[in-house]
Amino acid sequence: MGLTLSWLTLIILIPLAGLFLKSLELSPEQFWNILSSRRTLNALRVSFGLAFAAACVNLVMGSIIVWALVRYRFPGRRIFDAIVDVPFALPTAVAGVALTALFAEKGWLGAPLAALGIKVAFTPVGIFVAMIFIGIPFVVRTVQPVLQDIDPEIEEAAGSLGASRWQTIIRVILPSLGPALLTGLALAFARAVGEYGSVIFIAGNLPNVSEIAPLLIVIRLSEFRYADATAIAVVMLVVSFVIIFAVNRLQRWAQSRIPVR
Amino acid sequence: MTMQIADSVSLSAPDARARAHAAAARNNLRTEPKAVRIVIIALAVIFLTMFVVLPLALVFAQAFSRGVLAYLSALADPEALSAIKLTLVVAAISVGLNLVFGLVAAWAIAKFEFSGKTFLITLIDLPFSVSPVISGLVFVLLFGAQGYFGGWLRDHDIQILFAVPGIALATTFVTFPFVARALIPLMQEQGTQEEEAAISLGASGLQTFFRVTLPNIKWGVLYGVLLCNARAMGEFGAVSVVSGHIRGETNTMPLLVEILYNEYQFVAAFAIASLLAMLALITLIAKTVLENHLDEGHDASEH
Repeated sequence: MGLTLSWLTLIILIPLAGLFLKSLELSPEQFWNILSSRRTLNALRVSFGLAFAAACVNLVMGSIIVWALVRYRFPGRRIFDAIVDVPFALPTAVAGVALTALFAEKGWLGAPLAALGIKVAFTPVGIFVAMIFIGIPFVVRTVQPVLQDIDPEIEEAAGSLGASRWQTIIRVILPSLGPALLTGLALAFARAVGEYGSVIFIAGNLPNVSEIAPLLIVIRLSEFRYADATAIAVVMLVVSFVIIFAVNRLQRWAQSRIPVR
Repeated sequence: MTMQIADSVSLSAPDARARAHAAAARNNLRTEPKAVRIVIIALAVIFLTMFVVLPLALVFAQAFSRGVLAYLSALADPEALSAIKLTLVVAAISVGLNLVFGLVAAWAIAKFEFSGKTFLITLIDLPFSVSPVISGLVFVLLFGAQGYFGGWLRDHDIQILFAVPGIALATTFVTFPFVARALIPLMQEQGTQEEEAAISLGASGLQTFFRVTLPNIKWGVLYGVLLCNARAMGEFGAVSVVSGHIRGETNTMPLLVEILYNEYQFVAAFAIASLLAMLALITLIAKTVLENHLDEGHDASEH
């Protein structure tokens, strides 16, 4: 116990405390000025807005993928099940250069999209694409075990009592997946907000347009404007702490709701 | 749940009709019409192919686009070799540290009850969700020239930032949760009975740990180490902030990918990237094997 706490203190708490101490050196007014500057606001808007949009896409597509993997049998199912984890295991820099080459104007997917008049790489759409990529496993892996554990008899009961398939899914299955779906959404969102490696290559990094908040932190650091970097970091850190805390509470609540077998 | 079902069903329907309805429904109680099934499978497969299979395939296609010789000579470059070496050293340090901590933390969380557990777990999880850039930033603020310990370090001629210790620290921070997170559910499930039995039979705390607890969780430990290692070798954002990008000295493999890519040396960039991609694939295969082992252990303990 003591060892846990001291190691946690050494590696996590002291660095984080350093961050907050640094931000306390700023007066509230300075802090506010940094955050409300146009470039910072735009970077935060890009990061949070696109991350939320990408997390929503992941929620929908993730649910479809989970349904296909758990309920249906099709050739290559096990392989597709395994590759869901690739975005999690692939180093972000590798994902970044690969996605950029894929969606660049001459890339495998970029060329056909360019013919349709859609430009992905080096625009905010590119950031959106990278954030979708990085979030896939979070929704799938949180929802999959819950869907697998749903008792088939509940569905059969609903169906045999006359509920249509659609009614059964919406009113019986969806409510039991609720906490897992929310958790997956939150995790995908948290990951996408802070994502750096897989985004910066494809983003174009134009200030106010396609500049994400983590990149702005790096830029401020390289300009030795530590106060600016710290202020942005504190905001992002508080948001991710709140998200993860909420997720952990949600998990404990969901566990307590389900009777132990 | 039952109330919701009752809501959606009209109980007043005539018996015969309800029975006919039920009989027809029983066949497709747990599945959808064929057309729907095909559409859902197609959507899942197309989405995964577009976003996962193609990027992965592209890494290897680009790496070998000028033939095997160009690929091999890119990997034999001294810069590439030193990046590979540094990556291995850093991964070894941070995996080692987090293995010890992860075991202790999981032990404390799984086997004891105390208040503030959610808070503690949240702290352990934090590196998962915090931006890697912030993970690097905190160490710049601590050890940088203007940082809290910067002056003291300079006086004692200790280099942490822009050197191996800083890279190892940032990597340890980022990979902090993996081992603990893999072990907590496993140890929670196993409970404390076996340990209590061992201690009541006269075993010491350490004996109990090495003889009872550790054998029970060995697959979980391996699982955590595997994921921790993959992340440690592939970490980019945090390392990028603390490394200083000194060529041949503080460049890890992911950082070298960035540098080569920005210099338009695509074959070389994707050659290094292909090594990292292979690491990811091997990790996933090993993970699948380990998960089967974990499931077996799980089943055995239930019977």
